[in-house]
Amino acid sequence: MNISFTPEELLFRDQVRDFLNKRAPAAVKHKQTAGLRLDKHDMVAWQQSLFEEGWAGINWPVEHGGSGWNATQKYIFFDEASKANMPRIVPFGLNMVAPVIYKFGNEEQQKRFLPDILSSKVWWCQGYSEPNAGSDLASLSTKAELQGDHYFVNGTKTWTTLAQYADWIFCLVRTDNSGRKQQGISFLLINMNSPGISLQPIITIDGQHEVNEVHFDNVQVPANNLIGEEGKGWTYAKVLLTHERTGIARVAESKQRFCLLQARIKELQDTPDQPHVNSVFMARVMAVEIDLVSLEYTELRVLSSIATGNAPGPESSILKILGTELQQAIDELFLDLSGLHALPFVPDQYSLGYAGDNLEPHYAANTAPHYYNNRKVSIYGGSNEIQKNIIAKQILGF
Amino acid sequence: MDFSLSDDQTMMQDIVKRFISQEYGFETRQSLLTTKQGYSEDMWQTFAEMGWLALPIDDQYGGLGGTIIDTMLLQIELGKGLVLEPFFATAIHSASLLSKVANDDVKQQWLPKIAAGETKFAVAYAEQNSSFQVTQCATSASVTGTGYLLQGKKCVVLGAPSADQLLVTANTDTGLGVFVVDPSLAGISFNNYATNDGHRAAEITFDQVEVLTSARLDSGTNAQSAFDASRDEAIVALAAEALGIMQKLLAATGEHLHTRQQFGRKIGEFQVLQHRVADMFMALESTQSLLYYAALKIASNADDRNRATSMVKVKLAQTSRLVGQTAVQLHGGMGITDELDVGHYFKRLTCINALMGSGDQHMQRLLNHAA
Repeated sequence: MNISFTPEELLFRDQVRDFLNKRAPAAVKHKQTAGLRLDKHDMVAWQQSLFEEGWAGINWPVEHGGSGWNATQKYIFFDEASKANMPRIVPFGLNMVAPVIYKFGNEEQQKRFLPDILSSKVWWCQGYSEPNAGSDLASLSTKAELQGDHYFVNGTKTWTTLAQYADWIFCLVRTDNSGRKQQGISFLLINMNSPGISLQPIITIDGQHEVNEVHFDNVQVPANNLIGEEGKGWTYAKVLLTHERTGIARVAESKQRFCLLQARIKELQDTPDQPHVNSVFMARVMAVEIDLVSLEYTELRVLSSIATGNAPGPESSILKILGTELQQAIDELFLDLSGLHALPFVPDQYSLGYAGDNLEPHYAANTAPHYYNNRKVSIYGGSNEIQKNIIAKQILGF
Repeated sequence: MDFSLSDDQTMMQDIVKRFISQEYGFETRQSLLTTKQGYSEDMWQTFAEMGWLALPIDDQYGGLGGTIIDTMLLQIELGKGLVLEPFFATAIHSASLLSKVANDDVKQQWLPKIAAGETKFAVAYAEQNSSFQVTQCATSASVTGTGYLLQGKKCVVLGAPSADQLLVTANTDTGLGVFVVDPSLAGISFNNYATNDGHRAAEITFDQVEVLTSARLDSGTNAQSAFDASRDEAIVALAAEALGIMQKLLAATGEHLHTRQQFGRKIGEFQVLQHRVADMFMALESTQSLLYYAALKIASNADDRNRATSMVKVKLAQTSRLVGQTAVQLHGGMGITDELDVGHYFKRLTCINALMGSGDQHMQRLLNHAA
């Protein structure tokens, strides 16, 4: 057991810091530090700066343009990027559909899709959940019927994050109804500009438009957009879901937010009357810090047991549950730290160029919307209840 | 020992219930939310006609002289309707503070108007660095030849955008003072906004605002005790509203579990989800018990009253979070959509938690009392 970095790893850390200081987009850094909302352009600019560096494909195999980093290097990168207040990487292209394409797609598909994903030229979204297929994802009913060399797709996908930005959507579709429900599912890539696709925004309780319903009305999709074999989509998706769940722990991001919380607490402790920061509150802060250290070491243990390039196993469910609970616990601390000042709803205050009166402390009015929105993390990516089923069955053998 | 309600109380409860279900449905509420004012003046007049604005006010001042139990019952039902009218700011907090801090003339001047729905009030007490220890008040009232000069800034003043009069706390040469202030006076500026539960509030700046001597209702320990007692009554009213919301969330979640199908069966058939709903149920029952306890202690001495209201507020901080979060979780993604009522109940519960002292602040108050 040894967790200290080697001289080579320290050198790598310096390279990452150098990149973050000098070549990561300044406009994004500014917005992140000022607590302002990012737009599509910001997210793409950040990812393209990684691409320029050869660092976009963090988990990708080297032959497809991956960074070739080992687990420690990935840990160092995410830790440094979070400390530098950079946003997380939008996962749909780089971390979700890409692994499916490079593992199960044919050579033509790999050539056609992977370069644009790596360079963030093309924005992807995920078409999994449906109104009647949430936790029971395998019961999905969006149908794809093969006629000649095209599929015709009909149905509705929902909770599609940032579909309003997307050029492409990767979908689980039903191509067969005859056998076990998992066996009739296929993995299909669909151009969002196809006739017959329409979006319906879903507004969440924080007032934001982040998710959508995507309707497919007889959408014509070339048959060569099918990944792998018909009926194997469920198997491919499971690989993808375990990737998604590991990323969902967001340990580095939670560490960064916790540091920010401590800084806010320090500011308030320096003001004469700040009853929010009493010993009862501080005991809760400490309890969260303990969980944070525990989660970080759990993640390191899981990462070190995964050989580079292999899909993580059911352990990713532990990370998903603990990681999302921790994110939500930090949200609660921010909310409670803000007290009454969490009540004003002034979303414009977090847009670049806002000209109205800023409410102080500046972060406070964003803590409640953030807390509301982040209730999603224990729901999406397979709800935490579903993750406990996986732990019980696949790890504990019940 | 008798926790049963009187016939009058049951009748009132039924009337409010019927009004909410017939006149104040979720769609009505959501359409009021998007208006500039954020509530309905017609509804406010209906509240007056129903006697709800008069309920907490003494009968000698045009009120109905209801008890805290009556107020509690009313608030439980209004909570279920997620009403947007500034009922809490005016009829609960302001009316209570006025009746404890003002002399008879002032009470005769304002309380009947509140009861009749003619005048709305808001209490401007919170500041950037003070929301609980009101004596830590940076807003000052300095003596002039004719009265006082107010200087300072108040934060998150609930109901302020629609208020006809303000009750303002400010430091005077004789300690904390409570002032009645016309919001249209020179030197007062408002920054109005919606709160994230859809209510309306404002930051209010007082810049060299001249008020008459008579504007000062009281000061020193009297004003402080009045403020403290009115806050304890406000806590009971808020906890009652929260209880109504939690009852609504429990019912909605139960219904969802009985209808939503996944894995070929109703999700309510999964025992792990049944247990989650059982937890919600226990949480709201234990809140209800402490709510009754606090309501029954409201007439006791300040120490006992503080202790009881702090207990219910600490409990509420735990249970409202558990009930709100579980309701959202078991509704899945739908729970955080603007379209469904569940998320709006969740938001109101969250805001109630931050009002009149957080759970942590009340836990600290209990620890200080015990020390």
